[in-house]
Amino acid sequence: MKEDRQRARVLVAKIGLDGHNRGAQVVANGLREAGMEVIYTGIRQTPSSVARAAIQEDVDVIGISSMVGAHLPVIKKLMKELEALNASDIPVILGGIIPEEDYGPLREAGVSEIFPPGAAVKEIVQYIESIVKAKEGSGPAAGSGHHADTDHQC
Amino acid sequence: MDREEWKNLLSLDYKNRGRRKPIYHSESKIELADCYDPEELMKTGFDLEKDLGLPGTFPFTRGIHPAMYRADFWIMGQYAGFGNPEATNERFKYLLSKGQTALALALDLPTQLGIESDEELADGEVGKAGVAINSLKDMEEIFDGIPLNKPRQIFTTANAIGPIMLALFLALGEKQGIDPGQYSVVLQNDILKEYVARGAYIFPPSPSLKFSIDAVEFCTHHYPRFKPIVICGSHMRQGGATAVQEVAFTLSNAEAYIDEAVGRGLDIDDFAPFIECQLSVPMNLFEEVAKYRAFRRMWARMLKERYQAKKPESMKCFIRVYTTGYTMTAQQPLNNIVRVTIEALGAILGGAQSLSCNAMDEVVSIPTQEAARVALMTQHILANETGIADVADPLGGSYYIESLTNEIEKRALSLMEQIRQKGGAERAIEEGFYQMLSRKAAGEYQQEIEKGERIIVGLNKFREEKEKIKIDCFKVEEGVQVKVIEKLHHLKAQRNPDEVERCLGRLEQEVRLGKNSLPALRDCALAYATIGEMCRVLGKIWGFYHEGAKWI
Repeated sequence: MKEDRQRARVLVAKIGLDGHNRGAQVVANGLREAGMEVIYTGIRQTPSSVARAAIQEDVDVIGISSMVGAHLPVIKKLMKELEALNASDIPVILGGIIPEEDYGPLREAGVSEIFPPGAAVKEIVQYIESIVKAKEGSGPAAGSGHHADTDHQC
Repeated sequence: MDREEWKNLLSLDYKNRGRRKPIYHSESKIELADCYDPEELMKTGFDLEKDLGLPGTFPFTRGIHPAMYRADFWIMGQYAGFGNPEATNERFKYLLSKGQTALALALDLPTQLGIESDEELADGEVGKAGVAINSLKDMEEIFDGIPLNKPRQIFTTANAIGPIMLALFLALGEKQGIDPGQYSVVLQNDILKEYVARGAYIFPPSPSLKFSIDAVEFCTHHYPRFKPIVICGSHMRQGGATAVQEVAFTLSNAEAYIDEAVGRGLDIDDFAPFIECQLSVPMNLFEEVAKYRAFRRMWARMLKERYQAKKPESMKCFIRVYTTGYTMTAQQPLNNIVRVTIEALGAILGGAQSLSCNAMDEVVSIPTQEAARVALMTQHILANETGIADVADPLGGSYYIESLTNEIEKRALSLMEQIRQKGGAERAIEEGFYQMLSRKAAGEYQQEIEKGERIIVGLNKFREEKEKIKIDCFKVEEGVQVKVIEKLHHLKAQRNPDEVERCLGRLEQEVRLGKNSLPALRDCALAYATIGEMCRVLGKIWGFYHEGAKWI
């Protein structure tokens, strides 16, 4: 977490055309209730608008929700945009309908953690708290694949 | 034994054996009695003749047909359509050969939003959530070898582009040489719920509502076999709404549509019989059964009392049902077959006319062929092996079901009154009232799970530690997007550009003049104008809509 802050700041966004925002909104509300500052962008964002918003809002974490299978290209584009803006150090987490066989490529693309259907909001809260704490201590190299159950084959 | 004595016995039983929960309530937080009897039922003001009647008679609580499924089973649909038109064509032929009687055409998101496959916004989403359709050319391929009159019904999810899909079907019918009197197209064409739950809107609510009614008006005058609108509660339910909210929101939206249609001078009895409603069916079995019965009765009363309908057909609500996505788990996915079975049972006991069952793997992907087959066979098993379809309204007269039915109606009517006081559905949605209520309910649902107050098997209890989730995920063929784009470019090079220009110009002119858009849209379709081109013309007139972040 940034030093001058009491609370983690999280950007919750949906990139692309899918409008199923129940998950994104439930998570956004849950994070807020857990004491975080949440910036909810609404639906139909582009990778560049999310990257810009993340920098403008100076967030600690970006949370992306994806429900219709467009996650891989979307994440790759987002990472490219972040890189172009020198903001690759902002961890990106992903939730929604993500087949397990995509976990590997998504992590390779730079996703810190993936929360599949059924993940509890409190797990997401704990994870965010852990990575912002790690970041506070040791710079930008935060959170890469700490979960044990990521070897599922689809 | 009298009631008082029994109450004493009951207290003793709780004392000796404890109770699982301090309070029992339905999904909609209706508090449940220990047991239902005539006294409990009378507390809800139950009137046998007024509230119940017989199947096929007003107020249709017991079903819209006297013989219900003794005459014929419900329509068994399955949602399909993915990738490119050829793949969808193949899947449709397969489903028809397996005894499916209706086709449901799922559209990819760019298509639903009027975005052409080669636009930047479409990148990565072409052919993902459904089939990519740019123009009449794609429709010709999807229905190659499938005359439009072969299935009993063809259903499509077009909403923001509802009237454009209607135009494409009319154009396709002309090309196939099939008289529109011989086939039946069902358009979802319900834009209002998109602002609440699914998010597939293009234009602002007010012109969009009028655009939807263009299709209703045009079909009423020219294609009375078509179903030009399906008013949906299911998406709002999936977005978090409770059963009571689902009923109230859907019927309030119905009022907004009917008001617009009646305002154009349509006779209620000319179009109301062709309106369908679509509801969800989560796991709380008895509340769901009661919900369908309450919904039908409220529809009947609304049509008769508020709109002065004369024909019984106007008062009979055709209900289509989709089983529910949010009740399925990615953990132990085979369990979803059981969930879908129970949900389907609820829909049938509730008297649905059409049912689509989710496939067990839908929570992680678009269904594989095997999962889709199990979902369809679930319906055949329920229909043919259980006997549940052999009596009309088998739960009618149950003290519990009738009490719940009355309670749901009472609560939904009160919420509808609140919506009216806000100026009706369109205004209430614009100011985020529906959204606020359903998001609050979704948040509570999630919290109940996390606190362990709500048990979801395999998720927060009875977990399989170290579970390996093995689902055979259906993959959209790589390169679909490239192929679709190539075809689009080929089309644009082949078609007559002057004719396209002329038709799009006419569309703009007629919409600006306030005329019904359908004749011009059909000409655009026949000229192979793309859906995207038609939407750009409409957006120039109406503007485009963006979500308000204030909704959460």
